[in-house]
Amino acid sequence: MFYSPVITNAEAVAKSDKLHLFNYVEDPKQIELKTYESRGGYKGWKKVLSSMDSNAVIDTVKQSGLRGRGGAGFPTGMKWGFVPKDSPKPRYLCCNADESEPGTCKDRVLLERDPHQVIEGMAIGSFAIKCHTMFLYIRGEFNHAIDIVEKAVEDAYARGHLGKNIYGSGYDLECIVHTGGGAYICGEETALLNSLEGERAMSRIRPPFPAVEGLYACPTIVNNVESLAAVVHIINKGPQWYKTFGTEKSAGSKLVSLSGHVKRPGNYEIELGFSLKDFIYDPEYGAGILDDKKLKGVIPGGASTPFLTPDMVDTPLDYESMAAVGSMLGSGAVIVFHEETCIIWVIYKLIHFFRHESCGKCTPCREGTGWLEKMVLKIMQGQGEPGDVEKIEDVCANILGRTICPLGDAAVMPIQSAIKHWRDEWQYAIDNGKTKYKNDFAFR
Amino acid sequence: MILTYESVSQIKEKAARYPHRKSAVLPALTIACRQVGHLNNDLYREISEIINIPYIEVAEAATFYTLFPKKPVGKYYIMVCHNISCALVGADSMIKFLEEKLGIKKGETTKDGLFTLHSVECLASCATAPMLQINQDYYENLDSKKLSNLIDELKAKE
Repeated sequence: MFYSPVITNAEAVAKSDKLHLFNYVEDPKQIELKTYESRGGYKGWKKVLSSMDSNAVIDTVKQSGLRGRGGAGFPTGMKWGFVPKDSPKPRYLCCNADESEPGTCKDRVLLERDPHQVIEGMAIGSFAIKCHTMFLYIRGEFNHAIDIVEKAVEDAYARGHLGKNIYGSGYDLECIVHTGGGAYICGEETALLNSLEGERAMSRIRPPFPAVEGLYACPTIVNNVESLAAVVHIINKGPQWYKTFGTEKSAGSKLVSLSGHVKRPGNYEIELGFSLKDFIYDPEYGAGILDDKKLKGVIPGGASTPFLTPDMVDTPLDYESMAAVGSMLGSGAVIVFHEETCIIWVIYKLIHFFRHESCGKCTPCREGTGWLEKMVLKIMQGQGEPGDVEKIEDVCANILGRTICPLGDAAVMPIQSAIKHWRDEWQYAIDNGKTKYKNDFAFR
Repeated sequence: MILTYESVSQIKEKAARYPHRKSAVLPALTIACRQVGHLNNDLYREISEIINIPYIEVAEAATFYTLFPKKPVGKYYIMVCHNISCALVGADSMIKFLEEKLGIKKGETTKDGLFTLHSVECLASCATAPMLQINQDYYENLDSKKLSNLIDELKAKE
């Protein structure tokens, strides 16, 4: 059977009394319901149904300080609290498993290797908002994960963890696994809802917010895979336990994907506040830069977050510290590149992606990302003229904050930071008719 | 009808589960694409009749999503991730390697109809880069030897 060769720190996680999400991801048996149950699986779900009401669940998650792990970092419990208590309409919970931010590959590990943890988290989240139909929106390319998750849902139904009158509590809960069509924009919650409704995945204007009018115009909560998985542990061990690690404003642990020019790329669970520098250089994690070259820059939170230069990497990986150095923790995706990397090429790669993934609804994003891609390519190919960089900055400034969803911002923030940190390299390309560094890397 | 009895049943089963039938559009497209290998107007029409929504609504959604090829592809549809994490470890050179190995350019299909080569956006396999997808499956941590063997194996199957 297929098994992704990705490196994780499961062994270290199992020894830790704090880290928890990756406890069993190196055990192929963990995908089986029996194994999951034997390790305390669905205990949290039983506890919630037998002894808690929805407010108690929301309060518990609020107290834990859990923040959304998909990128925005919005407090999960607070989000749940926005669902109107008196709405007569059905409510829906959607687990966002449309993982597609370049650099991010953490949710896939949970889906492929510990699917019941995700399903249990979804169930608890559903109960918190009194929802009886929950959706797992999983990207269509994840064929293996889809098979694993569908089997897990089927097994959960068969054992009575899902379905009608669960554990005799009178609570009904249906779970629908919905596969996507390869659109990055579906990671944005309102686009995801449109996609789930069978429409083109275009973002919606807010308000109304999904918590009030989301899927089928009913109150809807969209949570990331990792956030929901964390909820299981918060319910089992209590919010106070969750707050004992991480930092004051960034409680708990985070899954972080490490990729690019490092010796040990992988997916690692870290305590929030862990040093980015150690994350890159510690032998247990990145183990340093490929071929022992010097570090040039880091994208700390996925393709849409601003760059960090080597003097900034001694920063803790948490929401506040990353914001303080002008970037974002994002979805937790550290991409590292060494001294011989052409920054204009990096930007070309990123803007090509965002131009391709722009849904086309807002003019600044639809047109602007195309212009930016062309201008960056022009400079990269040695055709840059004086004034081009300023023109790029001007277009960026006219996209930022002028679109319905954050894709426009995501496309321009890395460009702005690349010009800020490495303006001399852009100037060099314009002055010399070629880039300072080469634009490809050998396939070994 | 292009869709088989089995595909039609699968689509009907999916559609019945959703609170609103139109939600079954994406799953239906997925099922149709798995059967045929690509999508076209005839399939949109069949799907629209099965889930009982207007044809244009199926076509409108289908043409938005890049996962489904709109033209026939080879028996092995190779999708190479060319985004930043993969590109930093040689994805672009890997595409050139495949172009030479298969004797086609990116976007083309080999004359024997076996392979179609495309580059795609991030497949969420960044920590096992470079990587590619062939039909349903991921192939990760690739190097030239592994990839060369993989293509040879697929050719040998024929």
